[in-house]
Amino acid sequence: MSIKNLLAGTGIALALATGAFAQDPTTVGFVYVGPVGDGGWTYEHDQARQAVEAHFGDAVETVFVESVPEGPDAERVMTQMALQGADLIFTTSFGYMDATINVAERFPDVKFEHATGYKMADNVAIYNARFYEGRAIQGHIAGQMTESNIIGYIGSYPIPEVIQGINSAFIHAREVNPDVEFRVVWAYTWFDPAKEAEAATVLIEQGADVILQHTDSTAPQAAAQAAGNVVTFGQASDMAEFAPFPRVSSIIDDWAPYYIARTQAVIDGTWESTDTWDGIPEGMVSIGEITDAVPAEVKASAEAMIEAIRAGEYHPFTGPLNRQDGSVWLADGEVASDEDLLGMNFYLEGLTGEIPQ
Amino acid sequence: MDLSAINPILLLASLMVAATPILLAAIGELVVERAGVLNLGVEGMMITGAVCGFIATITLGSSVLGFAGAALGGALLALVFGILTQVLLSNQVATGLALTLFGLGLAALLGQGYIGIKAPVIPKWPVPVLSDIPVIGPILFNHDPVVYLGILIVAAVWFFLSFTRAGLILRAVGENHDAAHALGYHVIRVRLLAIMFGGACAGLGGAYLSLVRVPQWTEGLTAGAGWIALAIVVFASWRPWRLLLGAYLFGGVTVLQLNLQAAGLAVPVAYLSMAPYLATILVLVMMRAGRAPGSLAQPFHASR
Repeated sequence: MSIKNLLAGTGIALALATGAFAQDPTTVGFVYVGPVGDGGWTYEHDQARQAVEAHFGDAVETVFVESVPEGPDAERVMTQMALQGADLIFTTSFGYMDATINVAERFPDVKFEHATGYKMADNVAIYNARFYEGRAIQGHIAGQMTESNIIGYIGSYPIPEVIQGINSAFIHAREVNPDVEFRVVWAYTWFDPAKEAEAATVLIEQGADVILQHTDSTAPQAAAQAAGNVVTFGQASDMAEFAPFPRVSSIIDDWAPYYIARTQAVIDGTWESTDTWDGIPEGMVSIGEITDAVPAEVKASAEAMIEAIRAGEYHPFTGPLNRQDGSVWLADGEVASDEDLLGMNFYLEGLTGEIPQ
Repeated sequence: MDLSAINPILLLASLMVAATPILLAAIGELVVERAGVLNLGVEGMMITGAVCGFIATITLGSSVLGFAGAALGGALLALVFGILTQVLLSNQVATGLALTLFGLGLAALLGQGYIGIKAPVIPKWPVPVLSDIPVIGPILFNHDPVVYLGILIVAAVWFFLSFTRAGLILRAVGENHDAAHALGYHVIRVRLLAIMFGGACAGLGGAYLSLVRVPQWTEGLTAGAGWIALAIVVFASWRPWRLLLGAYLFGGVTVLQLNLQAAGLAVPVAYLSMAPYLATILVLVMMRAGRAPGSLAQPFHASR
């Protein structure tokens, strides 16, 4: 894998070296955790990268390296990008956090943007989307679609972002269906179609008839389709090729407006290290079409919930909510603070199982 | 924790399915290594087979032709390795690694237009009568045809290596190529055939992922399965039936780990992921490394 990245790095060097002879456009680098063709997370980031290119034309040049493992390799890829003259680098996975900070320290003139992390520096901004808002809609629909009352959830890594999603989906499923149970499987990967398919199959074998996924490929959708009567939701991207069934709706990440705005800031010299966490109201998270496989009244109430979130009238984590051990987390009417959510490392009351440490 | 949620029959059945791709790739590599060639390019041949099989299935509209295309694609890529290492005498380890990297890139290139397309579903093919036996029937005899094919190939390889003259020649070439050459056997021809067989099997294994397991084409689909296949060959100390056991062990750990998690048992996943590799090392120590074919990974030239 490392040799592949080395080759990719050489590719960047060439791309940047040839680019340098032009009128010195602003160079924006992207580091991806999966292949651009994953149909999910990385695909959406790459769509946004293409939107940046289309928006700025010749004024901006973009480079990307795909399938970069989280770890030392990532640091090397970023260093390479910075050395070759990138002005702004987006690192698009949680696991790149420390690598981004380390590289940013050595290149104070290069701007870095790290997705879904929490460590910042003078030249490291962070950005994230409020996926849990979308998860609330999924839970709301899933709780009413399930007949076995068992919902399977494919988690990637036990980090706050993923745990928020599980909790949000769970409380909204319970709200509409008090008998619903969640079965969580941790895949320990963001992208591994074979493993994701296996995880989905295992959950289906154990009785789940709704599969929620926080991994990036469409393999769980295919597994659900093969099983025949299992509902799924598109993750990170619309995954519309599996609509109208098994995929009945989706969470779509739209990074393009943010990437364009941040690139513009670099060009204008107004870039500052910021902490952005946008959701449905700002359009960074959107909900894919709810198909006709969902009963009309469920669809209507789900759409009402989307509108309430968009209008800022409803926060998915509104008390009373207890932790898994029964202790009070949010009192009646209290709304979770962002700090609470960013550090969320516990299940809410009603979820079974433990979060691996 | 609710272990009763795990249905042992379904668990064992899905274990057989999960083991099939690595079983196919590993049995091919076993033949290659018994012929004295170390081809580390299994991962590359697998993913090339995966994409070739997928393209063939979509364009020709037939899963059978798809698997044939996968075998052909894997064998052709293996032939590149064969010509480089056997005729041009390049280093086998380096060439094999290069083959993996080349295969990953080639597959990504070939698959460009096929991302997001769905493959036709391959129906299960329950064996008549046998699949009605309680317990054993659903575990062993209610799968898609490729699962049976994998086991048949293992049986055929075992028979070939143990009981046929051609198998004896192949083993002779692998144990001591100079002696085999002195006896008048075509070392390079035997090895090229073995390498192509290995490539075809790896291609089938890859196609099983892209056509049955996942079933769609995405880059990086094999995700290291080829390396596991290489480990299984060593685990099996180059014997076909032990290889079957090894494939079920490696495949089973993945399935079991996911099942235990879904049932709510907090297993430290890392332990289970380590288990098969620890077993490989243990087997290596207990069996002593001397069981590897004598001429493994050594270059052969008739003039020496």
